[in-house]
Amino acid sequence: MKLDSDDFEVFGLPRRYALGIADLEARWKALQSEVHPDRYAADGAAAQRVAMQWAVRVNEGYRRLRDPVQRAVVLCELLGAKVDVHDNTAMPAAFLMQQMAWREALDEADDAAAVQRIDDETAEAERALHDELRVLLDERGDAHTAAQRVRALMFVKRFREDIDHRLEALGQ
Amino acid sequence: MALLQISEPGEAPDPHQRRLAIGIDLGTTHSLVAAMRHSVAECLADAQGRVLLPSAVRYLEGGGRRIGYDALAEAAEDPQNTIVSVKRFMGRGLADIAHREKLPYRFVDAPGMLQLDTVAGPKSPVEVSAEILAVLRQRAEDSFLGDDIFGAVITVPAYFDEAQRQATKDAALLAGLNVLRLINEPTAAAIAYGLERGSEGLYAVYDLGGGTFDISLLRLARGVFEVVATGGDSALGGDDFDRTLADWALDRAEMQAATPRDKSVVLAAARRAKEALSQQDAVTMRCELSGGMLEIELTHAELDRVTAHLVERTLGAVRKVLRDARIGRDEVQGVVMVGGSTRMPAVRAAVGAFFGREPLTDLNPDEVVALGAAIQAEQLAGNAGAEQLLLLDVIPLSLGLETMGGLVERIIPRNSTIPTARAQEFTTFKDGQTAMALHVVQGERELVADCRSLARFELRGIPPMVAGAARIHVVFQVDADGLLSVSAREESSGVEASIAVKPSYGLSDEQIAAMLQSGFAAAEEDMRARSLRESRVEAERMILATRAALAADGDLLGAAERAAIDALLVGVQRSAEASSHREIDAAVEALARGTEAFAAERMNRGIRQALSGRNIEDV
Repeated sequence: MKLDSDDFEVFGLPRRYALGIADLEARWKALQSEVHPDRYAADGAAAQRVAMQWAVRVNEGYRRLRDPVQRAVVLCELLGAKVDVHDNTAMPAAFLMQQMAWREALDEADDAAAVQRIDDETAEAERALHDELRVLLDERGDAHTAAQRVRALMFVKRFREDIDHRLEALGQ
Repeated sequence: MALLQISEPGEAPDPHQRRLAIGIDLGTTHSLVAAMRHSVAECLADAQGRVLLPSAVRYLEGGGRRIGYDALAEAAEDPQNTIVSVKRFMGRGLADIAHREKLPYRFVDAPGMLQLDTVAGPKSPVEVSAEILAVLRQRAEDSFLGDDIFGAVITVPAYFDEAQRQATKDAALLAGLNVLRLINEPTAAAIAYGLERGSEGLYAVYDLGGGTFDISLLRLARGVFEVVATGGDSALGGDDFDRTLADWALDRAEMQAATPRDKSVVLAAARRAKEALSQQDAVTMRCELSGGMLEIELTHAELDRVTAHLVERTLGAVRKVLRDARIGRDEVQGVVMVGGSTRMPAVRAAVGAFFGREPLTDLNPDEVVALGAAIQAEQLAGNAGAEQLLLLDVIPLSLGLETMGGLVERIIPRNSTIPTARAQEFTTFKDGQTAMALHVVQGERELVADCRSLARFELRGIPPMVAGAARIHVVFQVDADGLLSVSAREESSGVEASIAVKPSYGLSDEQIAAMLQSGFAAAEEDMRARSLRESRVEAERMILATRAALAADGDLLGAAERAAIDALLVGVQRSAEASSHREIDAAVEALARGTEAFAAERMNRGIRQALSGRNIEDV
């Protein structure tokens, strides 16, 4: 186990998309109990430096593994398919159309109820994409297609943040 | 229960004994110092038995100072030289201070942090705070028969930004305190309440102090304090209630606070009236102004009405934090009230109504933060019998970099668990470019102009290349105190570029050194003798820690590695007889470097053990 081990290795977890959050959280706390710099406050500079590096590593790993999208990114890259977020050219046409339709709907929505309906729809799409990812990664080992789905998911997530801002502006 | 061991005054501190670790609440209105006594956290009192130290410093002509109750007593007589609520100015520029015309001070616009012009010259808020800290330090030393203080945990509002935190650390440095950690006030309060001892739950800490408001959501369970999200307003507190009430009273009486003395007096009268109304239904607010006597009748209901917008502002921050945490208010199992201002019945009622439950108020809201800090300090000092608590705190405000067009690119989002680090790649935009300017800001807004400028970095020594060829890897690291450090490396040529950091706020190293040299605060001691003693103690600690590590995990080392470390240990022991602290420090640093690989191996072993099935069940 080294600082440059991958996230799954650091947390002692198998390389799978499906993951129990409660278990991940327990591992995070167990690791931090071991590596947090506070444990080494009276142990000298060397121990503190090492602790700092590990505590940061553990927090970063937790952040990534806890978020299904980030977790999928890590997995895809481990399985050889980089999720290049800046390369949008591999998006299916149907998905691009859906993107535009949602955008227009959000622009035209004039009350909270209408925005909420769009939110419900996109939430459903998000869930479906997550289910697909699990099958692609854990059952079929198809990292390439999974990478595509991850890009789609990233868009949906960003869009849902916009919806959130809109709801906030409408006083929800 | 550990036996309390007290060293004889004058004897060299034995590292085997308990180390004196203290917790300090450096508050806007009051400050306190606490320590463990007989395994219980206790606030330390002054000679008159008072645990609260008013955060007031009066500068006298001729260079003397009065701190605490003495200073406060004279605030009306000498308002321009009696600084109260200096916490509101820490890490702030002149433009940051709203309603400053209502304050009696002579503000000076200085680069980075404002200064206050006093009869003893211009003073930085850092210096003023250091005076308060120095008194608390002395109080702790007096309470423990002149023992040296190993270190202090100092609390800051969770919502304090980088500038405010750094200023606090600088003040501690000036006061001669070794800062073990800065911890957030709400987290300290949660520690004092011991809420983590019960079953796992979500708790809110509502901390309304004299000048700052924090709302933190924590998940607590069996020694683990996980901050889920934090929010607040670092410029909202009891002082604002006073000011609002004072304005209202002046308006009603059709009078004005014309002179600095008037301003000081009317604010003090408003505060007294506000505090009285926590017990009574009606009160007369009375004070003598330059234009005559102000006398206004005030009821409880009127106070609530006049200050309702401030209470509403706090609830707005509470709503935002719940959103950030994606938690509903009904999921919160308990609400802890911290800070003197939570004594106001209107505040308690509003918070109770919001969460649908009675807030927890068992512990003294003035003392709870210092007590929590003392408990944490005990652990960090490594004293036997200290509770092993794990604090997983977060950074309250996003950190970002300025990019083209004055926009902010967010590097580390708010509520990220600390310590944390993120890297960002940059490149040059002109052929042959050898330097790059980076501007780090903190805040949630899109435009750089709307965020707080933290520092400007100049990366020099980039090898000249075609535009876009250079790969500059910049790492932002936020430590457990919530403080940022930045490092950079040019990748494609493997060259380490040097960085010059110019903090946009605060004091430069030169300024601090100058303040230290000008005989700051309790500096009757010979600085050199103190450094030497401290270095020797540090050396003893390092030797002890290294020996303990070798005893526990020496099997990880090969014969040659072990011999090397033993040699470094001997080096430190020999250096302890030196007469210069620099020699000792050098030997200690060499031992630290020489044991880094060993520390890494130990960490690996510890992690593997932590992850084994057996340990997971224990968590």
